Amino acid sequence: MDFSAINPTVLIASLMVASTPILLAALGELIVEKAGVLNLGVEGMMITGAVCGFAVAVESGSPWLGFLAAMAGGAVLALLFGVLTQLLLSNQVATGLALTLFGLGLSALIGQGYIGIKPPPVGDVNFGPLADIPVLGRILFRHDIIVYFSLAMVAGTWWWLKSTRAGLILRAVGESHEAAHALGYNVIGIRLAAIAFGGAMAGLGGAYLSLIRVPQWTEGMTAGAGWIALAIVVFASWRAGRVLLGAYLFGGVTVLQLNLQAAGLAVPVEYLSMSPYLITILVLVIMSSDRRKALGAPASLGRVFHASS
Amino acid sequence: MIRLERRPTPSRLWAAATPILAVVLTMIAGGILFAILGKDPLEAIRTIFWDPLFNEQFASYSRPQLLVKAGPLILIAIGLSLGFRAGVWNIGAEGQYIIGAICGAAVGLAFYPMEARWMIFPLMVIAGGLGGLLWAMIPAILRTRFNTNEILVSLLLVYVAEQLLASMALGALRNPEGGGFPGSRNLQQYPSAANVELISGTGMHWGVAAAFIAVIVAYVLLTRHTLGFQARLLGQSPRAARFAGVSPNRLVLICMAISGGLAGLAGLFEVTGPAGQISIDFNSGYGFTAIIVAFLGRLHPIGILLAGLLMALTYIGGELAQFMLGLPSAAIQLFQGMLLFFLLAVDVLSNFRIRIGRREVA
Amino acid sequence: MTQTDAPLLSVDGLTKAYPGVVANDHVSFEIQPGEVHALLGENGAGKSTLVKMIYGLVRPDAGGMRWQGDAYTPDSPHAARGTGVAMVFQHFSLFDALNVAENVALGMENPPPMAELSTQILRVSMDYGLPLDPERLVGELSAGERQRVEIIRCLLQDPKLLIMDEPTSVLTPQEVAILFDTLRQLSKEGMAILYISHKLEEIRTLCDNATILRLGKVVDRCNPREKTARELAEMMVGKLLHSPERAGATPGEIILNVTGLTQASPRPFGVGLKNVRLSVRAGEVLGIGGVAGNGQDELLDVLSGEIRTVPGTIQFKGQTVGHLGPNARRALGLLAAPEERLGHAAAPDMSLTENAALTGTIREGLSDRGFIRWGAAREFAERIIERFDVRTPGPDTAARALSGGNLQKFVIGREVLQRPDLLVVNQPTWGVDASAAADIRQALLDLAAQGAAVIVISQDLDELMEICDQFAALNEGRLTPPRPTKGLTVEEIGLMMGGAHDMEVAHAV
Repeated sequence: MDFSAINPTVLIASLMVASTPILLAALGELIVEKAGVLNLGVEGMMITGAVCGFAVAVESGSPWLGFLAAMAGGAVLALLFGVLTQLLLSNQVATGLALTLFGLGLSALIGQGYIGIKPPPVGDVNFGPLADIPVLGRILFRHDIIVYFSLAMVAGTWWWLKSTRAGLILRAVGESHEAAHALGYNVIGIRLAAIAFGGAMAGLGGAYLSLIRVPQWTEGMTAGAGWIALAIVVFASWRAGRVLLGAYLFGGVTVLQLNLQAAGLAVPVEYLSMSPYLITILVLVIMSSDRRKALGAPASLGRVFHASS
Repeated sequence: MIRLERRPTPSRLWAAATPILAVVLTMIAGGILFAILGKDPLEAIRTIFWDPLFNEQFASYSRPQLLVKAGPLILIAIGLSLGFRAGVWNIGAEGQYIIGAICGAAVGLAFYPMEARWMIFPLMVIAGGLGGLLWAMIPAILRTRFNTNEILVSLLLVYVAEQLLASMALGALRNPEGGGFPGSRNLQQYPSAANVELISGTGMHWGVAAAFIAVIVAYVLLTRHTLGFQARLLGQSPRAARFAGVSPNRLVLICMAISGGLAGLAGLFEVTGPAGQISIDFNSGYGFTAIIVAFLGRLHPIGILLAGLLMALTYIGGELAQFMLGLPSAAIQLFQGMLLFFLLAVDVLSNFRIRIGRREVA
Repeated sequence: MTQTDAPLLSVDGLTKAYPGVVANDHVSFEIQPGEVHALLGENGAGKSTLVKMIYGLVRPDAGGMRWQGDAYTPDSPHAARGTGVAMVFQHFSLFDALNVAENVALGMENPPPMAELSTQILRVSMDYGLPLDPERLVGELSAGERQRVEIIRCLLQDPKLLIMDEPTSVLTPQEVAILFDTLRQLSKEGMAILYISHKLEEIRTLCDNATILRLGKVVDRCNPREKTARELAEMMVGKLLHSPERAGATPGEIILNVTGLTQASPRPFGVGLKNVRLSVRAGEVLGIGGVAGNGQDELLDVLSGEIRTVPGTIQFKGQTVGHLGPNARRALGLLAAPEERLGHAAAPDMSLTENAALTGTIREGLSDRGFIRWGAAREFAERIIERFDVRTPGPDTAARALSGGNLQKFVIGREVLQRPDLLVVNQPTWGVDASAAADIRQALLDLAAQGAAVIVISQDLDELMEICDQFAALNEGRLTPPRPTKGLTVEEIGLMMGGAHDMEVAHAV
């Protein structure tokens, strides 16, 4: 066993990379849930994004086209969920599960020809001399653009929800769809837009996995990341800043256990591999046992809306 | 414009017709999918839905497989359906299935090579059911004690169970005479622990028998017993249920116990029968497919029986199509997901009327 | 072209049909600027549909509207607000988890930045005697304060027409007086007010003109000040209703005794009960008044057993029952009928047979070793339908297919037929047509005459005065000591209900 191989600076830098897919997906789901919709299909949208992004990036040679395709793929899949739950009034829990099962099948089908291929590389942003600052340079200035984008999205989501009229309307729709409808807001339209956004973010998160973090395509490669993103939204009490905290906490555990595996800790690999899931459950329990925190949940979350009169 | 108008009373006719409509729509969409993949759609559909049962060349092998695949699906789906009716969302049946198999197999292997079938196999069945039940109690107790979302916890525990499975296959339960390869002893070759075919050539084993019994018991429970009434009540209107004296926590525990126990049993019967051993890739997604089966059967025992057989057919037909036409296995997975989507989409017809005419602003 | 002599709004032949019912049938009327116009009609007369058409929420099948002489066809509330129509809803269009300023902003077309909006809210709220703190969460406000939020949201847009849908149902008598002062002030400033109500005295006090609706049609128009309440009632209902008869029985022994009952609310923004003390005797009807959201739901839940509490705080027929659940209390003879018919007292998608089994299992012997006797449940449902004249095709009908009045008769009938020793009802006639309401009140009085104790929780003071022997009021979870209803004045009742809360101060300024 050799713990000296674990370098805290590298650990922090790599936890940021490990967290980014979940952070993106969780931010998307945060907006969806704030609009009062519970989309349990994050896992399905992520893996679809992963395969769409990978395929397009390989075919076109451009990772950026890949990211765009991933967002489009995730959004299209999400809109399928949107049409079913918002227009055909299906049960959101069941439809979300269907989306995950469907997405896993679809991605496996699309991804058949892409197993074992290397995607076009994505370079880090060049900050020049800043990247050479000891410790801080490694942590802050040597990442790819998506990591910075995800951080900007945290701030953007927080600001948008808190300070814009559109954000206020979204929160209102999630709080009471009847009241929002009575005031003349297009509940279904707003929710569909939120669902599509959530899908695009989940798709982007998936593509980050297949194009940067791993980077290659394997079946079922999201391995529960979508579910963890859902858990992080609950953990965050539906607040953008806390989503960042939750995602980085989870990323930290993941990276740490990988490092411990590499260092040869005398615990079977399987037990280290299950630790991120166990810690997610533990954190969920702590957060949900506090009833005041659960109050952050939008009041209309998961309820079916039908303007009947 | 098209608009929806709520029916005063849900339509019984449509409730029965929607699963059939969904199957037809899925076949059409599936046909298009197969055509895109460059296969003859009609031939593909025939290979999946007709040949396993009626093609002289394959039927003798495929027909018994129907019950072998349908057994665990029905057993798990029956358990899930009671909870789904009550609004208790156990979606971690896959994990409970794994743990049931591990516990049951562990008990059996502990007795190896003693021969006492009258004692060992029943003990294994109990251990399997209990294992699944206890694994399901984790999300159940977290929900009742700490208000933790059971959907997320039960699902996350699937990944934990998969890691446990790997560790068992590589460690504690590994066959000491297996030359270091992962995987346990083959329980099929251990007479005291084998889940044998009860009627030769039918695929009928103890797990299938258990599934049929579960269907009958669930039917009685749902239509006649207070527990079934309370579950429906809690799912439809939780406040009315509390007013009627239903204790939501008690029902959460019962529903999770039943679904976890049955999933555990399914795992035990699989590991002692068709699978034969604990291995890293022992689980094949029955726990998730059973969710589709439960919904396709409209959460009704008889419906689940039929839906389980249909879904088993797509598995067998899918394998056949893979072998005969080179249809990728993922296409079948997609096909199953599509079926659930279409079902949820056409479900609207049983609760709403479609009106075509002038649209209201409302 | 705008004609100066045209009415502010004229409604001409508006018709709207829903499946199985014509909600509005060629409805016409006019409003002039500064006029307070009443729309009078009982539940189901079509008032709500009519105002929804004016507010752009529903589009008429036939007929049209004119605004200052020009065609007016709002296709959304945004369009209606843009024209100058504002509306205060009966069931509030508010968001509990958002603060006052955010709620106001959501109801405006072009709200100013939040800081400026807060100043405006403070200014307008003081001008009209409706004090409000823009930063407070709406969920924490009382019903009266919530209504102020809606009114201020409307006023900030300088509407020419203000629609008010049953605004006084959530106010104490003192608060009603203050609201009327505000409305008169607005009318003097030239604002037209369309005032929807079924409360006759209010309309006689406040309104210049009245249009009376019955079953979707305009049946009469009048100056309400020239009519008596009785004449208005006849126009509204179409026939004379019998007043409930009561046999003046002498109260018997104490059935229920509650002491020192303190219980937090399980709901977010709910109001907990604080040191509640009450007792009811056999043959007695105790009325509990108060504005909505002052602990009524919690009181019903704690008496029915849905919320379990400290055992000794509730004594029923001398037994300690505070810790018992609903079914154990039913077995002893303590029955209840909650306010919310669909989803609490009854399961909407279940048949009447199943809904009969919902509470009847214990006392009617509808189950046998855990198995439900569906045949017996069906018979019980048929008995309720017959005895309480529930209009329905039969016991297989889903609860939500019934009209409000019929379902309420079923719910009350279900409990009354189980011969309770104590029946607790919450809002027994809310949203129920006049004839069903009269039947329900009579059934409660008959039950008391047979020697049962009855507790009626209601926001309808007229109802409580009519059928109760004793009156107490709930205010922020506290219950006043009960007083005999005979001889109570409106002022006294208002003070028991908490008076005008903090509003007098503002109006005095």
